[in-house]
Amino acid sequence: MSIQSLDLPQARALNLPRAYPALRSIASRYGLLAGFLALWQVAATTGLVNPTVFPPLDTIASALIEALAKGRLWGDIAISLQRSGIAFAAAVSLGVPLGLLMGQIRPIERALDPILQFFRQTSALALYPVFILLLGLGETSKVFVIFWATLFPILLATIGGVKEVDRKLIEMAHAFGAARIVIFTRVVLPAAVPAIFVGLRLSATTALLLLIAAEMIGANSGLGFQVMNAQYNFEIPLMFAAIFLLAFLGLAANALLIAAQRRLCRWSDINA
Amino acid sequence: MSEITESRRGEVALRGLSKSFALNGQRLNVLRDINLDVAGGEALAIVGPSGCGKTTLLRILAGLEVPESGEVRIDGAPTSGVGRERAIIFQEPRLLPWLTVLQNVAFGQSVRGASQEKSEARARHYIELVGLSGFINAFPRQLSGGMAQRVGIARALTVQPEILLLDEPFGALDAMTKLTMQEELARIWAEEKVTMLLVTHDLEEAAFLADRVLVLPLEKGAQPRVINIDLPRPRARSSAKFVALRSRLMAEFGLH
Ligand SMILES: Nc1ncnc2c1ncn2[C@@H]1O[C@H](COP(=O)(O)OP(=O)(O)OP(=O)(O)O)[C@@H](O)[C@H]1O
Ligand SMILES: [Mg+2]
Repeated sequence: MSIQSLDLPQARALNLPRAYPALRSIASRYGLLAGFLALWQVAATTGLVNPTVFPPLDTIASALIEALAKGRLWGDIAISLQRSGIAFAAAVSLGVPLGLLMGQIRPIERALDPILQFFRQTSALALYPVFILLLGLGETSKVFVIFWATLFPILLATIGGVKEVDRKLIEMAHAFGAARIVIFTRVVLPAAVPAIFVGLRLSATTALLLLIAAEMIGANSGLGFQVMNAQYNFEIPLMFAAIFLLAFLGLAANALLIAAQRRLCRWSDINA
Repeated sequence: MSEITESRRGEVALRGLSKSFALNGQRLNVLRDINLDVAGGEALAIVGPSGCGKTTLLRILAGLEVPESGEVRIDGAPTSGVGRERAIIFQEPRLLPWLTVLQNVAFGQSVRGASQEKSEARARHYIELVGLSGFINAFPRQLSGGMAQRVGIARALTVQPEILLLDEPFGALDAMTKLTMQEELARIWAEEKVTMLLVTHDLEEAAFLADRVLVLPLEKGAQPRVINIDLPRPRARSSAKFVALRSRLMAEFGLH
């Protein structure tokens, strides 16, 4: 999967005035999103959709501001960030080195691949009850189930990235007398960085997905819990407020990773 | 730099060199009993029909392929594997896309353990030699095909090899760029006094650059032939002697 395809502006076809290129690029990139939100607002206020199920956006916004002002959601944001953050960090610190090793050393990959495939095919959510039995209903099992699901995207992307490094570049370095470790640090590793970033972004998305699932099943705090809880108490604007917060977390994580990748991979021109 | 090159030799001797590949369970003899002496500082072109083993021979010389029997001697000593006295220029530039032109050219030096300062200083010299001083901080994706290939040439020169191995270095370039690059290579070869082993399928290129041309046969029964190119340098492509020699080379391939 190429990185570009994830970020391609969706609305190139919109025929906007040529005079303001910057404005035009913003409009073509976010126009559809703005249109969708506007439609939501109009449909909810005019009663086109049931406003108790789909409250107008301003109601959701004021519910969000009110909750934040009363200090209601801060703790949930913090605990959600902590759970997904710890799990993500653990998955990355295991997945990247292990992936580099497996991609580079054939016997290790051959030995680990079957068990990896076996685990990967088993849904993390199906294993959640097992983790709860083993680790209890507390934080550990939640972090672990997120970690478990988050590990595979980054691990597989890293393995793939290392294995797909152009053999011709490796041979070139070898021909110039580079030792194996030098080839690894100067050719294999930099060449695999874009693939590793794809894995990081997939893993970040997975971490947030599993976070919500874990918080919906056995938690009494966190944004995922708040979504369920608000729905249960029929505080629909608050429910949407929590959903929007989660979406925002996902977007922020993605934007952070893209910024980091731009810094590290100036050569590959990922925004071209 | 001339004092250093004077003391170098860069002599290559091939002794009974053979190589075959297993292809679909069959043995494919690619090279059979090649014997050849190349003097230090000589320019030898290797030509022959497609599939006759030119690249294979050059890769054995570079130490990237192991011969089945026979040996490569450099300055009298048998070699195995890659060596610091040799540098190869591939058909594709094979630049590292995350390094600038300067870093790419310095790469060969720096993986051999030279300090960054030293390798970049030398890299600058050779970047100038191939006429790319204005692009020192450009990334490979910002270069044209001909420019990228010149970076590859500069990278090989930067390690100051005794022996320069080239595998159809201009094969992918357009006709105009190719002519310019041939002129530049002739100049660089004269300046650096390296031994040059050049695989090409372009007979005019062979006649323009080489002292001798090795013609590898496709039929493994036939013997490789060596043709001398007795032309004064710098060579003019339009001179009567050059045209005559080029025709002789073409006749060798049954072309007229
Ligand atoms: N790694 C390999 N495994 C099997 N066969 C190979 C291998 N490398 C080369 N060959 C075979 O050896 C023969 C010579 O290949 P080589 O690449 O040396 O030809 P060449 O003279 O360079 O041809 P061209 O002018 O097309 O580049 C070919 O028939 C090819 O199929
Ligand atoms: Mg070839």
